Amino acid sequence: MKNTDLIKLPFSKNNPILVQVLGICSCLAVTAQLKPAVVMALSVTVVVVLANVIISLLRNTIPPRIRIIVQLVVVSTLVVLVDQVLKAYMYDVSKQLSVFVGLIITNCIVMGRLEAFAMVQKPWASFLDGLGNGLGYSVILIVLGFVRELFGSGTLWGYPVLEKLGLYNIGYENNGLMIMPPMALILVGIIIWIHRSRNKELCE
Amino acid sequence: MMFIRDIFDKLKPKFSKGGRFEKFSSTFEAFESFAFTPNTVTGSGQRAYKGSHIRDAVDLKRTIITVVIALMPALLFGMWNIGHQTSVAYSLDWGFWQEFWNGFLRMLPIIVVSYVVGLVIEFFFAEIRHEEVSEGFIGTGMIIAMIVPVTVPLWQLALAVAFAVVIGKEVFGGSGYNFLNPALVARAFLFFSYPTHMSGDSVWIATPFHFTGDAVTGATPLGQLMASQPLSASAIDMFIGTIPGSTCETSVVAILLGAVLLLLTGIASWRIMLSVVIGGGLMGLLFNAIGANEYMQLPFYYHYLMGGFAFGCVFMATDPVTAAQTNTGKWIYGFLIGAFAVLLRVLNPAYPEGMMLAILLMNCFAPLIDHCVVARNINKRKKRWLAAERRTV
Repeated sequence: MKNTDLIKLPFSKNNPILVQVLGICSCLAVTAQLKPAVVMALSVTVVVVLANVIISLLRNTIPPRIRIIVQLVVVSTLVVLVDQVLKAYMYDVSKQLSVFVGLIITNCIVMGRLEAFAMVQKPWASFLDGLGNGLGYSVILIVLGFVRELFGSGTLWGYPVLEKLGLYNIGYENNGLMIMPPMALILVGIIIWIHRSRNKELCE
Repeated sequence: MMFIRDIFDKLKPKFSKGGRFEKFSSTFEAFESFAFTPNTVTGSGQRAYKGSHIRDAVDLKRTIITVVIALMPALLFGMWNIGHQTSVAYSLDWGFWQEFWNGFLRMLPIIVVSYVVGLVIEFFFAEIRHEEVSEGFIGTGMIIAMIVPVTVPLWQLALAVAFAVVIGKEVFGGSGYNFLNPALVARAFLFFSYPTHMSGDSVWIATPFHFTGDAVTGATPLGQLMASQPLSASAIDMFIGTIPGSTCETSVVAILLGAVLLLLTGIASWRIMLSVVIGGGLMGLLFNAIGANEYMQLPFYYHYLMGGFAFGCVFMATDPVTAAQTNTGKWIYGFLIGAFAVLLRVLNPAYPEGMMLAILLMNCFAPLIDHCVVARNINKRKKRWLAAERRTV
């Protein structure tokens, strides 16, 4: 595979959320507002990139039987680091994300990339693959966070957009369903629908 | 009538394959079969088995129209009741016709919005998929208008209808493929998106036109029970339906008239209706036996009279697409709807009315129920067959 494809494919035909349907749990849980969604997206990207590189460097020394344990140790270390950084510099967002930062350890995208890619590829390719998948995940999270915060709370990054536009004066109201996780699932479904109708070869 | 036929015959080539307006063939077909009974039954159309639920010699439009006719008593009563509630709440002393006219003017925009939004989406999907326009929405659109509070903002209703038709039905392939009742999807969408417009005591009574004072509020019987207030309506009021509530689901009498028509024509399943009633009744009796609070001590038959129980039981639980298909399955499905509806009403403080959620829940489980019933039947017959074979050997 070409290096550019490693970055490009996770955005389109091999998106971790839209095509592999991985990482759905965090994608439903943290996207009620844009800010935590962006922070979560960045955290996962950092973890998956670093874990990919580290595992790729270690790949020839890891005995196959205990590879999952080794992967988990690496990922956990990185997640604890990310968690500490968030607590130190973005305490409010860290509070909002609560357990979901810790749950990056079990994020299927991270484990999936390690198992499927980093265990058998060189560090540079693994770096690009991690970056591509992390960003592919990020795009969906940010789109969801944008739509859900805009229609669910009427704000963007905490700024009351719809109120400034004066929509409430003409009878508009926030949609309560948007801030509930089921609506995130439906939105993911709609994005998948659009994605597949544009990429016919993905349809089963 | 023949001149209408002539018009259709003259226009037909233009809309057929190769014609000038080929793109709009679905729209043409919809209007043609709306005006005239087609010489084919649903199922022999463009797709081999369009509509998994058609096992009869009438096409789908005639089936749906029967349902709409069955809805009429409840609709007419609902229109009068809307005006009547306004008249009583604001002490206006309106006569019968003034009450009816007022309710009619309230109801009309709701029905129009429901139909226009839903049908535009249906026609759009039919055209891009090159299929016939499915008739299901003629019934669904009417039912949606009948189960919302009269004060529902129209843009919210439009949004809910669009959501129900697209997410509740079209994504699964259109009429006959949906697993949730689209009308209830619309109501659930409104209920969870805009709760202040869907429950509480300020949504059930329409203010008179050109009225500028403080709005009068009125709680439904379910709302009063939820707030542990004494019921202001008697059982007979609730049976006739002169109580505040969603637009057209208050009157048990009017709904029963519709139920009779549906049962006589065989369109709705009597098994489902009966088992919903049994399920709700047994659950009510069980709560009577426990009797831990006042709500539990409520006579069990009150549950039939309040809220959407009767309407849901007759018109929505019996939806042939989303209900269980096997006869045994229908008993289980209906029984659980009744039982869950009463359970949710009495025990869950967040939802005054459990019928909507009970039907949606059982819609999800209907295929599983059917699967189990069929699998059990296969096993039973296999055993019988093996036993017979062993005897012969």
